[in-house]
Amino acid sequence: MLMRLKHDLTMADAARTPGGARVDLLAVADMVAPGAKVLDVGCGDGELLRLLAETRSVDGRGVELSREGVNECVAKGLAVVQGDADTDLADYPDDAFDYVVLSQTLQATRHPRIVLEHMLRIGRHGIVSFPNFGHWRIRLQILFGGHMPRTDNLPYAWWDSPNIHFCTIKDFRELCQVVGARMEKSVALDAWGRALRFNTPWWTWNLLGEQGVFLLSRRGMSGTAPRQLGAADAVGR
Amino acid sequence: MVEAEFRVTLDATDRAREADNPHSLVVRFGPDKPLSLDAGIELAPFQIGYQTYGTLNAERSNAVLICHALTGDQHVANLHPVTQKPGWWETMVGPGRPIDTERYFVVCPNVVGGCMGTTGPASTNPKTGTPWGLDFPVITIRDMVRAQAMLLDHLGIVSLFSMAGGSMGGMQVLQWCASYPRRVFSALPIATSTRHSAQNIAFHEVGRQAVMADPEWRHGRYFAEGTNPQRGLAVARMGNHITYLSDAALHRKFGRRFQDRDNPTFSFDADFQVESYLRHQGSSFVERFDANSYLYLTRAMDYFDLAADYDRVLANAFKDTPTRFCVISFTSDWLFPTSDSRAIVHALNAGGARVSFAEIVTDKGHDAFLLEEPELFAIVRGFLEGAAKARGLAPARGWPC
Repeated sequence: MLMRLKHDLTMADAARTPGGARVDLLAVADMVAPGAKVLDVGCGDGELLRLLAETRSVDGRGVELSREGVNECVAKGLAVVQGDADTDLADYPDDAFDYVVLSQTLQATRHPRIVLEHMLRIGRHGIVSFPNFGHWRIRLQILFGGHMPRTDNLPYAWWDSPNIHFCTIKDFRELCQVVGARMEKSVALDAWGRALRFNTPWWTWNLLGEQGVFLLSRRGMSGTAPRQLGAADAVGR
Repeated sequence: MVEAEFRVTLDATDRAREADNPHSLVVRFGPDKPLSLDAGIELAPFQIGYQTYGTLNAERSNAVLICHALTGDQHVANLHPVTQKPGWWETMVGPGRPIDTERYFVVCPNVVGGCMGTTGPASTNPKTGTPWGLDFPVITIRDMVRAQAMLLDHLGIVSLFSMAGGSMGGMQVLQWCASYPRRVFSALPIATSTRHSAQNIAFHEVGRQAVMADPEWRHGRYFAEGTNPQRGLAVARMGNHITYLSDAALHRKFGRRFQDRDNPTFSFDADFQVESYLRHQGSSFVERFDANSYLYLTRAMDYFDLAADYDRVLANAFKDTPTRFCVISFTSDWLFPTSDSRAIVHALNAGGARVSFAEIVTDKGHDAFLLEEPELFAIVRGFLEGAAKARGLAPARGWPC
């Protein structure tokens, strides 16, 4: 996505390993089985697809809204199409992929619930990573600063932000329940990209995690037919 | 129009000679190997004029088929034998170019119905000893592809590493992938569509009517009657040429500037640069192209509708295709707009294909695929490199491993 790509570029400041890989992408890659077929929705300049190809030998495809991002990916030999997560996922057949990834994308979509439902229909698994709006620093900025929060990972002013549907880890868990997604694995990353310990309770993740990364599957694997966009969605609730 | 504008350097006999005995490689198929046409006719004998560049490797796994557009021919990357101009895709095909002839074996045939060495209306009809003219059967994109498959059989190429083509060439690429999916490892349909639109059919009809309105056309019997419908064909080309450009490109290149004068002449002379340019396009086209070929090839494009053969569901044409696709369109192309390419991508996605799709920003219109577009070159190069890696093709000599 045009703004997604900008986001990816600003994510250059994000925590990286000594090898140069973004830790949030490594957390995503860790959840992917080697040799799998993967669709990265909002793939930016293709960094995750490359990482997955190199470390997991996946058959990777990408969807990206920004023309610059797409052309850069295709020139790198990646199979990426120009498209919009909100409208173009409907074209993909059921169970077309082992994993569908929404890396830092869900909060930039218009209809996160429908996107999530499509994700679970197209892929046997979904992997979602997003910035946690429940992080303590964000809470403090709103509480004491009285303004929309800005952090290293979320550097935009409110009027300039591609991120139009912020949520907290707690909110996301609720959405997963609504769409019938089962959380198979969950990781919260702190400000330095370190994974929070597993045995800590959820509310600490929601407070201390700057980002959440989740491996999802369909409950019962029966598939949920994505809702059609209705008038109620258009007016917003 | 000024008479001198349409002076031709070649007479009809020269062109007929190129149609039968081209300045290129040629394979002749006898009566035992007819070409089965969609029109229900077995065309035999027939021949295919073609060019090759580079070397076929021992495994025969590095062949790239280039499909030319409406008025193109097999002379992709060599001096054109008639016009003495560089090949039509020399920026794309050649040593070190994106389609690297040091690495790939490039084959480009002239299409059936063409006039540069593959059997078409300008070729000699063996039954009469005179050019076919309108006795030549109407051909389709599928017929062109069937003939190309026979050429590859003749060359011993079972499977193509890749194929590329723009416009009508892209139609052939798509037809190939639908007809012979196992024979195409990767494909580049550029600035093309799976069906010719009503608007495009309309433009072609104007072109055909211009040719047929020329009194020298003589119902296609101009060779026999010693005439040449060059005015009609030139007007057809002028009209079509406008559709290959864009408003922005015309404005950038010519604006309202006058041609070799400071004031209007108050006549119908070519006062404006854009008029002079179009006249030149028309007159240089008739030097190298056969009027009847123009009729047949535009008709083949008009009839093209890939989905029609697959229960009107385009995705069925590409169901479970093993081919890797790279679809490319240009922002200012209004003849084959990005929405056409997007429809191809949607069908490929629905068919589960491995597809890349890039839209390139340019004001050069449909013609952009033939022109200097660095982003196009980078994308083609990157796509082919990725495909070569997947196919296990060795890097070109001197390449860092």
